Amino acid sequence: MSDSFVNCCWNRRELLQLLTTGVVAFSASQLSARAAEDRGPQRGKSLITLWLAGGPSQLETWDPHPGTRIGGPTKAIDTSIQGTQICEWYPQTAEILNSFCVIRSVVSKEGDHERGTYVVRTGYRPEPTVVHPSLGSIVYHELPQGSLEIPGHVSLGDGQFATRGGYLGEESTAFRVFDPGRNLTNLEAPVDHERHQRRLKTLGQLSQGFLNGRRYPIANSLHQKTIDSALKMMTSEQLKAFSIADEPAAALVAYGDHPFGRGCLVARRLIETGVRAVDVTLNGFDTHANNFGLSRGRAEILDPALSTLVTDLKSRDLWDSTVVLVCGEFGRTPQINPLDGRDHWPHGFSILLGGGGLASGRVIGATDPEGVKSPENPVEIPQIMASILQVLGIDFQKEIFTPIGRPIRLTSGQPLAALFKA
Amino acid sequence: MSGKVSTNTSTTSTSTKRADPLQRTGALKLVLPLFLTTAGVISLFAFMAQMGLEADGQPPTKLPPDLQNFKVSAAAVDQSWGNSKTLSKAERADDLTILRRLHLALVGTVPSLEEIRAFEEMESQDRIAQWTNHLLMDPRVGDYLAQRLGKVFVGIEDGQFIVFRRDRLNQWLAREILDNRPYDKIVQQMISEKGLWTGRPAGNFITAAVTGEEVDENKLAGRSARAFLGQRMDCAQCHDHFFAQWKQHDFEGLAAFYAPVRISAVGLEDQVPFQYVVEDSKAEGGKRTVDRRVPFGEEWVPAQGTERQKLAQWITHEENRRFDRAIVNRIWGLMFGKPLVEPVDDLPDPPVERQSDPLDVLADEFRTHGRSLHWLIQVIVQTQAFQQESRHPSAENGDKFDVASENWAMYPLTRLRPEQIIGNMLQAWSLQTIDQNSHVFVRLFRLFRERDFLKEYGDTGEEELALFTGTIPQALLRMNGEFSRQLSEATPLSAAGRLASLSNDREELVTGVFLACLTRRPTAKELQLIEAMRQAHPVSNAMLAEDLYWTLFNSPEFSWNH
Repeated sequence: MSDSFVNCCWNRRELLQLLTTGVVAFSASQLSARAAEDRGPQRGKSLITLWLAGGPSQLETWDPHPGTRIGGPTKAIDTSIQGTQICEWYPQTAEILNSFCVIRSVVSKEGDHERGTYVVRTGYRPEPTVVHPSLGSIVYHELPQGSLEIPGHVSLGDGQFATRGGYLGEESTAFRVFDPGRNLTNLEAPVDHERHQRRLKTLGQLSQGFLNGRRYPIANSLHQKTIDSALKMMTSEQLKAFSIADEPAAALVAYGDHPFGRGCLVARRLIETGVRAVDVTLNGFDTHANNFGLSRGRAEILDPALSTLVTDLKSRDLWDSTVVLVCGEFGRTPQINPLDGRDHWPHGFSILLGGGGLASGRVIGATDPEGVKSPENPVEIPQIMASILQVLGIDFQKEIFTPIGRPIRLTSGQPLAALFKA
Repeated sequence: MSGKVSTNTSTTSTSTKRADPLQRTGALKLVLPLFLTTAGVISLFAFMAQMGLEADGQPPTKLPPDLQNFKVSAAAVDQSWGNSKTLSKAERADDLTILRRLHLALVGTVPSLEEIRAFEEMESQDRIAQWTNHLLMDPRVGDYLAQRLGKVFVGIEDGQFIVFRRDRLNQWLAREILDNRPYDKIVQQMISEKGLWTGRPAGNFITAAVTGEEVDENKLAGRSARAFLGQRMDCAQCHDHFFAQWKQHDFEGLAAFYAPVRISAVGLEDQVPFQYVVEDSKAEGGKRTVDRRVPFGEEWVPAQGTERQKLAQWITHEENRRFDRAIVNRIWGLMFGKPLVEPVDDLPDPPVERQSDPLDVLADEFRTHGRSLHWLIQVIVQTQAFQQESRHPSAENGDKFDVASENWAMYPLTRLRPEQIIGNMLQAWSLQTIDQNSHVFVRLFRLFRERDFLKEYGDTGEEELALFTGTIPQALLRMNGEFSRQLSEATPLSAAGRLASLSNDREELVTGVFLACLTRRPTAKELQLIEAMRQAHPVSNAMLAEDLYWTLFNSPEFSWNH
């Protein structure tokens, strides 16, 4: 967004003009084939977040403690990072784990789903007077959009909490697709083309009376621009990115023919088209009871989808331009409760982070095998956010003035040196 | 002061999970056809029999007894803008435009065709006041205002689900608003309520701030200052405020009033005696004691009562002008879509000279009239500001527009909130008023549709009066969504279908659609335009009604308050 945003004393007109720049990205000219086909260093960077909603157990994913009191029945397997084991239910991920850094000591102060999600998504604790933008919204807002005709920030799957644009404006909020790879809802006119065109013509004519004497505020509201962008999107060739009809059957088998697998496949297609930030949600990690059965069920979905996504990105020379983050809102208690479940635990949980030029094959931090002591080398969410922004070429220290004139940094943390190549 | 760590490590026995919204919707999708099959046949006949084009609602006949007082107070507000204006006021808007504003503000939807017809049967020149009086006795108004104010009082987080009952609080609040209970009494009860939150729903103001097993006194202090006094003191939780006068000890002192409250087997209770201790790395032993303290007006704190009762009395004290200014500004914001002073929770100090600005005039009048929300709404409706046009011949662009807006020389143009858009579409789908008296099918349809649509459209959440722009997904949803397709479809049950089959001619059909969607009649030019298009492409009445519904749903006029 324009640098003039740092002027904290504007009137409504100036603010609306500033907001305009966020939407203009949608109405730019069509993406050239060359831009879409850029690979490697020529290519603009993107972010894919695989969001494991509910709080995945670190002990049943990337930080098992087999044979201990807290480990329960979960067994571990070796991985492509020498000396590092993960849960046995992730054999395919184990093979490609050296593409990632494994951070096993993430800490936050929020153990409630909604508040925990807010912290991990935004890097800030919820505040009553401001809504912070999610990481995806920041990436969309700060990176050039090229000539994209489809939204530059997309959320795939049925996540409970929308990834909001917050003080960056609603146009930075993710475009939501609830059932990825199936029907893209709301993009086809409900009537035949001729009738739809007649309706649009009538709409244009009937709107004139209301616009008379109100053109200035309505124009500033972006009403028409938004409709124009929506209409452009409806007929854009780039919409194919949301469809998997032309994908080989083998791709769908590899990713998994379920909403999350299809979501990962669509995510790859979207960033190939130039979308900057995509998140794919897998629900069902809130395992207060039957933690081991439920976690295994989740692994059967996540393992093939995640490993296939990494392999696919690498085979298309997109890995170094795409940061992939795998996380949820917190982890789960080392203690196993009487229902064979684990409860909420923000005091040491695990995430995977790789691609985009970040270091790989490293393990950062460690949790106590007894589940008593605090984790070694604790890592906070703002540090992870700063690292991601830095590798994407975004000034993580940048201050944005909110609509009420309060300066807020994109993130309050500093990048983690261990995540960067020496 | 170091913040507490809010961690939920409860087991399933003490951690209630929310039902997945998709599961709920899926269940509804299964239930709805079944419901229609079994109960629908009988119901349908009864329902269709109800739905003629004639209004069966009786227009209200009673004038509010205090009408002259409303007008006097409204005139005082109108005059309080003084001579700062460089522009004359806009012309008075027509009654149907004012009726639409009134319904959007108090009910959250446009009026039904049934209500429009009942309103137009009234002949009094004070029919707007009469209709306002009539609406204020309508449970829909209590429900809607409770929903809007409830977000201010308890936010949108679900909090500790097991103890916090948002629905119970909103139901209680709706009843209080409907009964016109003085606003200070409502607030006092929310702050100081004891007992179980199920039987004492006002206590859910407190339980909304429960994390784990503890009441979060900091959250309550910050929220009380913002919601009840229009002051943001949250920054002062950790450091002295950079710009305002609030210091960290002010915030801690307010939090100390809430610190003794705890949750026990008997619900909310206050521990006596109680010493409030906070963590402080700079203090000896890492902890220090905090005494309760108010940032101003110490003499308003009564000697007797629990700490929360004392705080409630201090907040609502008749000398505490911030209390009246805060609610007056919020209600003004709900009535206009834009508050008198922005932001609503960060108001300037009350002016030294009383009644030197419109907010202070209205706040003073509000206090002297028993802090009645009904009174406040009636007075706002009677102001010239509320009844004038939303366009101004001398202020169509640029700086002049801004000057006119700042001086309330015209009614502000504001985008409707998502639930208002949904409410409008649903109400326009039915010729009759959708309320608690509606047929069960209509109410089920409304619940089912609203949930689906809001999920996709997005809720603005706690940002009650924030400026926001429309988004592309919202535009797509209105143009192509299943929701808008179904609501604009001409069926035997829908307004589009009923108007198409029952209208005597096309003009009556077009007029009906305009009234149902936009609360106004089409202009002669619009009638000509529609007729010319129909002649170029002849279509049936049903198709014409569908096309018009779709067009008006997507028009800027539909999604703006004007």
